[in-house]
Amino acid sequence: MNNVVLEFEKPIVELENKLLELRSQNIAGSELAQEIEELEKKRQRTINKIFGNLTRWQRVQLARHPQRPYSLDYINYLSPDFLELHGDRFFADDPSIVCGIGTIEGKRVMYLGQQKGRNTNDNLHRNFGMMRPEGYRKALRVMKLAEKFNVPIISLIDTMGAFPGLGAEERGQGEAIARNLFEMSQITVPILIIVIGEGASGGALGIGVGDRFLMLENTWFSVISPEGCASILWRDAAKAPEAADAMKVTSADLLDMGICDRVINEPLGGAHRDHKGMCEILKNEILIELTELELLSTDDLLEHRFDRLSNIGNYSESK
Amino acid sequence: MDWFRRKIEKIHPVQKKAIPDGLWIKCPTCSEILYKPELERLLSTCRKCGHHFRISPDIYVKLILDEGSAETLFTDLKSNDMLHFRAIKRYSAQLNTAIKKSGNQDAIQFYSGDIEGNPIVLGVMNFAFIGGSMGSVVGEKIVRGISLAEERSCPLIIICASGGARMQEGSYSLMQMAKTSARLARFSGKQGLFISVLTDPTTGGVTASFAMLGDVILAEPGALVGFAGQRVIKQTIGQDLPPGFQRAEFLLEKGFIDNIVTRSTMKSTLLKIILILHAK
Repeated sequence: MNNVVLEFEKPIVELENKLLELRSQNIAGSELAQEIEELEKKRQRTINKIFGNLTRWQRVQLARHPQRPYSLDYINYLSPDFLELHGDRFFADDPSIVCGIGTIEGKRVMYLGQQKGRNTNDNLHRNFGMMRPEGYRKALRVMKLAEKFNVPIISLIDTMGAFPGLGAEERGQGEAIARNLFEMSQITVPILIIVIGEGASGGALGIGVGDRFLMLENTWFSVISPEGCASILWRDAAKAPEAADAMKVTSADLLDMGICDRVINEPLGGAHRDHKGMCEILKNEILIELTELELLSTDDLLEHRFDRLSNIGNYSESK
Repeated sequence: MDWFRRKIEKIHPVQKKAIPDGLWIKCPTCSEILYKPELERLLSTCRKCGHHFRISPDIYVKLILDEGSAETLFTDLKSNDMLHFRAIKRYSAQLNTAIKKSGNQDAIQFYSGDIEGNPIVLGVMNFAFIGGSMGSVVGEKIVRGISLAEERSCPLIIICASGGARMQEGSYSLMQMAKTSARLARFSGKQGLFISVLTDPTTGGVTASFAMLGDVILAEPGALVGFAGQRVIKQTIGQDLPPGFQRAEFLLEKGFIDNIVTRSTMKSTLLKIILILHAK
């Protein structure tokens, strides 16, 4: 896997390379040790400085970082006993979403996770994480299974949108997403939504209705991708950074809007720098949330879920 | 260079006949030249090929509700430019322009009224209002419309026409898809009847939420109905789209709508559905 370095990460990587070099010299000496210590401090300061002042567009880039953990990275770490469940029983299996069962520290869970590929071949197989109708129908099928056996659902979001293709339209992309929104509002087990990368449009929302909506720190979520918005409203996809600002797409923005319940901090320098650290953080958060949600009666759970959705919106009312 | 000169003197270039502005219109499907007053008598459908022109919401109200029965609802709701959104235009300015031009407060109007004496709640979207896009106000009005239909135990009908979610409201607009769908799920659980009527065009987040959740889904002939926009699909697949793609007839063939209904038979069809399914 080639290391991809984003433009604004370069000062950090330069320091890290220098540190690696010094450490590999394998010479004992207090001078060198001191130099390493100084550099390490500088590295921390540089990361803090850069990551303390990220623009929205930089967050979007981090959310898309090719070394970021994807759904299966989390699932395999959290549940070594994971068993994938394929297919919608109508038409096909959609590899852009992974579904299946497993346990986290003994707790039973049903996973839904939008899955991107690590290389070109893998991405063609995963369709770049863009779901087709059979994907939404597979997700609904396994959610009904989870409901039947009272297993809570964890839905990991990482997509730039539903797939815009001929076949997807022929097989009712709109209907498939709409059906999921309708059904997910009434599934009688807890649904925990976590945005782990990017989340755009009905494509993300189609597996995104639930009781808690969490976002990792360096992720974004919106009605359309910044590029899509820019090409429609600016007639120029290159205005994507402006569109990201205008639509207010980051985790902090969504928290302000009251759509995101909580932002989960990532390891210093972003999730892509420390997969294991990120997985551990997420595991703790999931266990806390599931424990809380399990305390609610089914009626309370559904009532809260409904109220959460009903209260989203911003308008004025005269009189 | 004689080849380029006209040799036959009798042929003269003809000046195009000027069509008086506003009185005639060309049918985009069959190119028939239509006389506007006649077109309006035919509910804005082409006398030759039956092409359904887009019409303003008040025409639907007259078409569907019994005369004098319509009462406008929820007129106090107004959109906010909560994100201070600015692309080439400011959202606040777009809103003001749309309100002035349409005389409506937003992209959907709700009415209570009767169809041959049967009370219904009717929502009519307006594509001319920022592309009929769904923002917080459209979502909230739909939720209130559903609640009223539930309270009165009467059917809900929505005439859809929309480009999708309203980008200028960011994620607030996206979440209206979930908000309206969740409310419909409850309505459905209480035996509520929802008829969705798809008109040209119904796309994006509206298709992927309430529009496709009707107990019965009707469409006008030729209406464009789909999730992804045609330009985006073309770019993705790198080829031209087949003729008739994403039109009402295509959706009927693929099994996603119940029937295609012309404007002239819309009211009688709605009445039939209500009388049979909603019998008390």
